[in-house]
Amino acid sequence: MKQINFMGQRRLAVILSSVLLLVSLGSLIVNQLEWGLDFTGGTLVEVEYGDSADLDAIRSTLETGGYPGALVVSFGTDRDVLIRLPADLDADGNEVLQALRGSTSDSVELRRTEFVGPQVGDELREQGGLAMLLALGLVMLYIGFRFQLKFAVGAVAALVHDVVLTLGFFSVLRLDFDLTVLAALLAVIGYSLNDTIVVADRIRENFRKLRRIEPVEVINISLTETLGRTLVTSLTTLLVLVALAIFGGDMINAFAVALIVGVTVGTYSSIYVSATTLLAMKVNKEDLMIPVKEGAEQDEVTP
Amino acid sequence: MLNKYPLWKYLLVLAVLMLGLFYAAPNLYAPDPALQITGESSAQVIDEATLKRATDALDEAGISHFGEVIQSDGRNALIRLRDRDRQLAAQARLSRALGDGFIIALNLAETTPAWLSDLGAQPMKLGLDLSGGVHFKLEVDTEAAVERRMEFYFNAIKRSLREERIRGRVALEGDRVVVAQFRTEDDRETARSLVADNHPELLLDRQSSADTFSLRAEMTPETVDEIIDYAVSQNLTTLRNRVNELGVSEPLVQRQGRNRIVVELPGIQDTAEAKRILGKVANLEFRLVARPDAEATDKQRFEYRSEANEGMFEWLERDVIITGERVSNAQASFDENGRPNVQISLDSEGGTLMSRATRNNIKRRMGVLFIERKFRTRYETAEDGSEEIIKVPYDEKKLLTAPVIQSALGAQFQITGLDSPMEASELALMLRAGALAAPVTFVEERTVGPSLGAENIRLGVKSVQYGLALIVLFMILYYRVFGVCAVVALTANLVLLIAFMSMIGATLTLPGIAGIVLTVGMAVDANVLIFSRIREELREGLSPQMAIHSGYGRAVVTILDANVTTLIVAVILYAVGTGPIKGFAVTLSVGILTSMFTAIMGTRALINLIYGGRRLRSLSIGTDIVQEARS
Repeated sequence: MKQINFMGQRRLAVILSSVLLLVSLGSLIVNQLEWGLDFTGGTLVEVEYGDSADLDAIRSTLETGGYPGALVVSFGTDRDVLIRLPADLDADGNEVLQALRGSTSDSVELRRTEFVGPQVGDELREQGGLAMLLALGLVMLYIGFRFQLKFAVGAVAALVHDVVLTLGFFSVLRLDFDLTVLAALLAVIGYSLNDTIVVADRIRENFRKLRRIEPVEVINISLTETLGRTLVTSLTTLLVLVALAIFGGDMINAFAVALIVGVTVGTYSSIYVSATTLLAMKVNKEDLMIPVKEGAEQDEVTP
Repeated sequence: MLNKYPLWKYLLVLAVLMLGLFYAAPNLYAPDPALQITGESSAQVIDEATLKRATDALDEAGISHFGEVIQSDGRNALIRLRDRDRQLAAQARLSRALGDGFIIALNLAETTPAWLSDLGAQPMKLGLDLSGGVHFKLEVDTEAAVERRMEFYFNAIKRSLREERIRGRVALEGDRVVVAQFRTEDDRETARSLVADNHPELLLDRQSSADTFSLRAEMTPETVDEIIDYAVSQNLTTLRNRVNELGVSEPLVQRQGRNRIVVELPGIQDTAEAKRILGKVANLEFRLVARPDAEATDKQRFEYRSEANEGMFEWLERDVIITGERVSNAQASFDENGRPNVQISLDSEGGTLMSRATRNNIKRRMGVLFIERKFRTRYETAEDGSEEIIKVPYDEKKLLTAPVIQSALGAQFQITGLDSPMEASELALMLRAGALAAPVTFVEERTVGPSLGAENIRLGVKSVQYGLALIVLFMILYYRVFGVCAVVALTANLVLLIAFMSMIGATLTLPGIAGIVLTVGMAVDANVLIFSRIREELREGLSPQMAIHSGYGRAVVTILDANVTTLIVAVILYAVGTGPIKGFAVTLSVGILTSMFTAIMGTRALINLIYGGRRLRSLSIGTDIVQEARS
């Protein structure tokens, strides 16, 4: 079988990743994230008008009704309106609804309200960051234990890469970063690792099998061999995620988008980032000479 | 011969699948929209006549209903409706028809057939984002509970010193320390042993200066923890009672973390009412009105609460006879003159305390203080020049009434002098539901309207369907017969996932559905790994049977590795996430576990059935597009 010279292009990949990482980090520093209500605290009211809603009228109603600084946008259709109020107003969703009902002859139906106190928001941000670090740490530990330290570093480099790029995507496009997106990000950590492990597994196998070949070659062969399934597994996951993004409704949309970005980036990074990191750390067959689970592999050759 | 499962393995796969089908089955029966009728007080029994009145009212309004039934010995009744859109109208109708004595709650009645539910099969519970309802998170002000206890120690120490005629000055230092100062060391030592005997849980510390000998008493950290724990669990009980007063059909009241409580009320629309009942910290303090000659340090000034008595005040003693926690029941009623009053029953300890305090003080007056948690807004300029708004909670204590003690009071007595029957019944409600041991504040509130809930279910189901359809199409086109096996296994995986979720009583949320969708996408990954491995082995020149055998064997280790890491992440998500996110973590981890069974053992069983044990020339596993093109 012909092999693809993946690693020959690794300089290009390093440049591409570096640029994307810099853009993401830059945007995260300048734009930061559009923290959703879960993290900032505040009040959110989603209502449905019987007829298309006049956003300006709603804004002025709220302004005069004691809710300055309200963010009013249409949500999905032009009848659905999303109103977000800052945390310091301590506004009650029901009262906002009453104010809206009083100002129009049109019917106003309550879809949902959310109120999050500022202390909860701060805590969540802290916990979210902590969860992310914990996930990265534990996963690194597991790979270090199952494979080898250099693989663990490679895998975590890929994960950090994926997480930063996904965060950057949300920051650049100024998409709302809420609790479901955080969940999606953690799922990305778990998922992106699947691909990385599949590749790492094969690299290890080939290092043991192909003893006289250079590490770059071994990695190229392994990547070529696994390319098909790396692409297909990502494709199947992306298929359902696209279905979720299109049909899942507005409340789950950001979640699906985060996963789509994460899975796409994760597929790329499992090919380029982790393998390039391995080469940068000068991985060689001595690293893998101590057979960790040799028994399991040899069993299968005998019928 | 290769690739034949022993019979027991086929049977195991079959048995697990049957079990899964059985436990997943209740989810097929859509619940009926229903109304639940309960009596406002537990004594109220719902009889056939009441039910008749209710159904007549519905008939009159042209709302079709069925399956009316009185449950748990007349404690409540259930009326099922045909049309979900008319549930709210029906509720309004019934409230008017039955009057104030009854609570009408929106409900979704299960339609699981008896033969299923008899065997313990239940449908999944729906989260609030799917069923509609209110979610509250309350924070218990544990600091206040600790302060209150310290105040109690302060008063108790002062009283015992006075009773033992030990001269000294007792003061509160900050919130956590009581300091007593004495002239002589002897006094201090007697006081010390007295306090140590009465309150062994206090930490005592001596301090001396030139002419004063002082004794510092503070609580041990264990005591503080105990108080906090007690306050939260007491509040939990109280909130449960209050929620019951609201008449919600399946409420959830749960402690979360050290000092938070989550309350979920499905079907509730009027959050204002719910918040009023839940969050109102009504506590009572019963104190004697101070004698005119009492020292200024022993008395406090309180204003009246009612508007009619605005500006008037009384001086009350600092000592509290009892607080609202001792109140076991309270009922609004009228006296012989038709004036509203509240009949109060105390628990036995409350009764003893009350009678001890009142028997020597007949003809004196006793003030009843009503304590409500309120907020004061303060504006502060932060260091960076921006203005910060700070909300400071405080207890507003106002005098309800200060009646003359007519005779020694016991465990039963009444408060008169209330403004209106409405005030009486509200006070009685708050007292009956029990006092909160510590004040609470709302830190989170989410409402989902019923229309959005229904829409979320519809969208969720739709995305599962479309996601599944795409996968089915792709797998069959790409992997042919093997793809069909993977699809069958995937369907079985969905059934098992739903069955398992139903069995453990997990709650399905919108992110939970997203987790199911994601599981659908990830479950086939295992099959992709196996199948592409088999293709590779075929290319290497292995016989079809050998390729199947070694393809499965080699891929399993990789699948395990990949899934363990996802499980690690799911567990972290479960630990950190709240509400809906927990739902995602649950479906994700359950989905991974069930998918390992179906994708590995399930497909293997099918493939073995199709191909196992015979000579093969080829396998219908498709061709690998990426690699065929190049080779």
